[in-house]
Amino acid sequence: MATIAVGEKRLSDAWEARSGLISLLGTVDHKLIGIRYIQTAFLFFVLAGLEALFMRTQLAVPENTLLGPETYNQFFTMHGTTMIFFFATPMLFGFGNYLIPLMVGARDMAFPRLNALSYWVFLFSGLFMYSSLLFGAAPDGGWFAYTPLTGAEYSPGLNLDFWALGLIFLSIATTAGAVNFIVTILKMRAPGMAINRLPLFCWAILVTSFAVLFAIPPLTVANVFLMLQRVFGFHFFQTQAGGTPLLWQHLFWFFGHPDVYIIFLPAVGIVSEVVASFSRRPILGYTLLAVATIATGVIGFGVWVHHMFAVGISPLVLSIFSISSIVIGIPSGIQVFAWLGTMLNGRPVFKTPLLFISGFIILFVLGGLSGVMFPAVPFDQQVTDSYFIVAHFHYVLVGGAVFPIFAGFYYWFPKMSGRLLDEHLGQWNFWLMFIGFNLTFFPMHIAGLMGMPRRVYTYEAGLGWGGLNLLETIGAFTLAAGILFFIANVFYSLGSGEEAGDNPWNASSLEWATSSPPPPYNFRALPVVHGRNPLWELPAADTPGSSLFMENDPTDPYQRETLASTVLSGQPDGILHIPASTLIPLYLGLALTAVFVGILLRQWWLAGVGVLLVFGLIVAWLWPPESEPAWHEGETAVIEERPA
Amino acid sequence: MKKAFQPCTVRKLTLPGHSGIYLLLLLFPPLLSACASVSGGVLDPQGPEAQRVAYLSWLMFGVAAVVFTVVTVLLLLTAVRTRRQRSVEYSPESDHRALNGVIVGGVVIPAVVLLIIMGLSIAVQQISAAPASGDLTVEIVGHQWWWEVNYPDYGVTTANEIHIPAGRPVLIKLTSADVIHSFWAPQLHSKLDLIPGQTNSFVLQADNAGVYRGQCAEFCGLQHAHMVFLVVADKTDDFNTWLEQQRQSAPEPDEGSFEQEGQQAFLGSACVYCHTIKGTNASGTLGPDLTHVASRQTIGAGILPNGHGYLAGWIMNSQTVKPGNEMPPMDLDAEQLQAILAYLDTLK
Repeated sequence: MATIAVGEKRLSDAWEARSGLISLLGTVDHKLIGIRYIQTAFLFFVLAGLEALFMRTQLAVPENTLLGPETYNQFFTMHGTTMIFFFATPMLFGFGNYLIPLMVGARDMAFPRLNALSYWVFLFSGLFMYSSLLFGAAPDGGWFAYTPLTGAEYSPGLNLDFWALGLIFLSIATTAGAVNFIVTILKMRAPGMAINRLPLFCWAILVTSFAVLFAIPPLTVANVFLMLQRVFGFHFFQTQAGGTPLLWQHLFWFFGHPDVYIIFLPAVGIVSEVVASFSRRPILGYTLLAVATIATGVIGFGVWVHHMFAVGISPLVLSIFSISSIVIGIPSGIQVFAWLGTMLNGRPVFKTPLLFISGFIILFVLGGLSGVMFPAVPFDQQVTDSYFIVAHFHYVLVGGAVFPIFAGFYYWFPKMSGRLLDEHLGQWNFWLMFIGFNLTFFPMHIAGLMGMPRRVYTYEAGLGWGGLNLLETIGAFTLAAGILFFIANVFYSLGSGEEAGDNPWNASSLEWATSSPPPPYNFRALPVVHGRNPLWELPAADTPGSSLFMENDPTDPYQRETLASTVLSGQPDGILHIPASTLIPLYLGLALTAVFVGILLRQWWLAGVGVLLVFGLIVAWLWPPESEPAWHEGETAVIEERPA
Repeated sequence: MKKAFQPCTVRKLTLPGHSGIYLLLLLFPPLLSACASVSGGVLDPQGPEAQRVAYLSWLMFGVAAVVFTVVTVLLLLTAVRTRRQRSVEYSPESDHRALNGVIVGGVVIPAVVLLIIMGLSIAVQQISAAPASGDLTVEIVGHQWWWEVNYPDYGVTTANEIHIPAGRPVLIKLTSADVIHSFWAPQLHSKLDLIPGQTNSFVLQADNAGVYRGQCAEFCGLQHAHMVFLVVADKTDDFNTWLEQQRQSAPEPDEGSFEQEGQQAFLGSACVYCHTIKGTNASGTLGPDLTHVASRQTIGAGILPNGHGYLAGWIMNSQTVKPGNEMPPMDLDAEQLQAILAYLDTLK
């Protein structure tokens, strides 16, 4: 017993930085980074939520004067930008960061230092964007920033510079994160985890990451063009000089529509995990769900013009995008019925996580049903840019992503903290959010049909919109109260929640095979996978090699090693060394901040110094360590796959 | 050999919240039926195009209601089954059946329903996309934050108020002088954007005489909320009278009258840099044409009634009602203001 304790201590020493400061700022542990991602994204969620409450208060009664047009426009721009870019994706990346290595049975992400850099860049770009509030120059062109309104002629202030530069800055984090996920999922799975045994959450993150790689470049290009036009007078979007404002819209929506799925797909991955665990049976139609995930990711790139049905496009093009937009409804149908089938076929336990999933199903189906109305071009042209569409996409994004995220909080909080969230507070949390959400957003359908356009800071009395808007405002505060219950629950449960144990839900995936919270090295010995639901499909105890963990693990955890495996079959094919804590990612993040602040303030010397620092730090990053860690190329550990 | 799948034992096996789910079911129908009473909007159509879209909308709402009910019932069933059956058999057969259910419910039925909706929608779209021609052409130019309205065949220019003959198709041509705007009069027609450097056109028709409200539907900056217009559908005779009147230049006020004093004050002030009054030296084009301002129902792009008090407030400092608009506060004394108001009153 004592030897084990000594061993654990030595292992922890090998995986944790010694000095306090470096362990705080220089950690490359995916779990710490994941939790930071989640905490930071949650803060942005609260900020964007407060902005929404201000907007709802302003709109509660007609001709209200709480917020002037300037503030209102800044708030709705920051609300959308924050929710999309600084809450949804980072939050889901946080879950991915924390869970992917655990779920695939690895000791860390493929590129732990890059992972640390992703977090710092996310944090600094968020602070960069929000620092605009201090100057009273928050972005005010909408989250879609249509030109020519966002050109220097109509938006001369720093507002749009903050926006465009902030998003270019953030794209570094998102892209690096996506690459990291792809390599981790494809190359670091535990022996036996063939690609057709990959947990559905990992499938979702994998598809999302590929979508990020193809979707972010058009956004970055659009923003670079916009900045070149704003700063140096280029003409990409200016009609007078042969450009066109529609170019912006094409580039933006070529990113923007896939981005909806970049937010939605990981959430769907959470849903599949929770549904299986709480129905206490394997997910129904695993292959269908994986294929639906891929199909959504691919088709998502062929529908962007449906955001532009009212710009004056030829009927043929309208019809093509109309059809592609309706086709994307099919994978969603498969998913909803697969989850329902799993629940019908199992014995669902309606604890808070599954309650949030049930709420998700109702809201997502409603959002999906209004969604399949938009491919009908004449209908789209009527209700687009009205409150009807505000209702629709909140059903899809809040119903479709935020509710699963909350299910994920309740589901994985025990793993992350070692304690269960309180069930009673959880019920309050759910019902307030669910009722508040519907009170807020269902009446918006009607307001939109009555002719209320989006993005208006006030409306006239006598149009009959006041009652609905008041109801929506009451709903918004109810929703916010639900979220307060969640925050209270976290603080209460951290202190006095029930001890979770390794696997409180008796779930099937590998993250539940280690302690809660997991040790820095994740697994003492790396796991071996014998089926699609590793913890439910163990070989009988008397057969040799029955253990979930490798008996002759070829990796040396004391040397910070983990296993690489083949892309499809998940057979071990090498040993990877995981780098130790380092401050270089933090410094690199700071240097990048200098570059962007320099461009923002047109202080070219600062940007120049920043660029030099960035190059220097990349060299330092890539400098070979004194003792080259062994890359055991071809030294394949022989782990026999036992027939299932 | 695999161990058989074992259902887990989860602590506190209570099944809370079901009554709540039932309650929810009760919540939606009244909200849905509230849609039926929507007036003045998409579902209260007053023109052929809006009428077609309204039919399409009701069809889709109906389909949506059915699908939503089915899914909700299935979800409730999971809860009810859990209550009734303490043990649910997990067998390959039940899995297979369920999987067939997924394919039928998730692929086949949606595919058929969506195909039908698509077909109808494309049909409506084809009708709407028929070659654009009308008995009359109106050119509308979007400005931050008002609508310039031109009748090119008659040399008429007005603002924020579009007169059309009821029951007749009118060709509307849209473009913008600055940023992107969107033309939306929900009772008459779906949206179409006003984009600089591009002309979009569609056929507008109101079935009956009446005043139909519209508003800019694309975010266009600070005062996007205050960019309202009225479509005034007149009986043919009334329309012709209106058009004839609008073609006239502004009447010259009587020599020595208070109105003439007002005209002088107007022409001698900054007003002329932005506004046109046909028949005078005022020929600015940054703001609305005022030649027949007194004939219009509203001022400030549909946000205030056109009356002395409102007009006086607007002229002295429009920034208080429409902050950020291009019209600066005017430095006029009471006498000058009254004279200008009296003069504007004559511009019928």
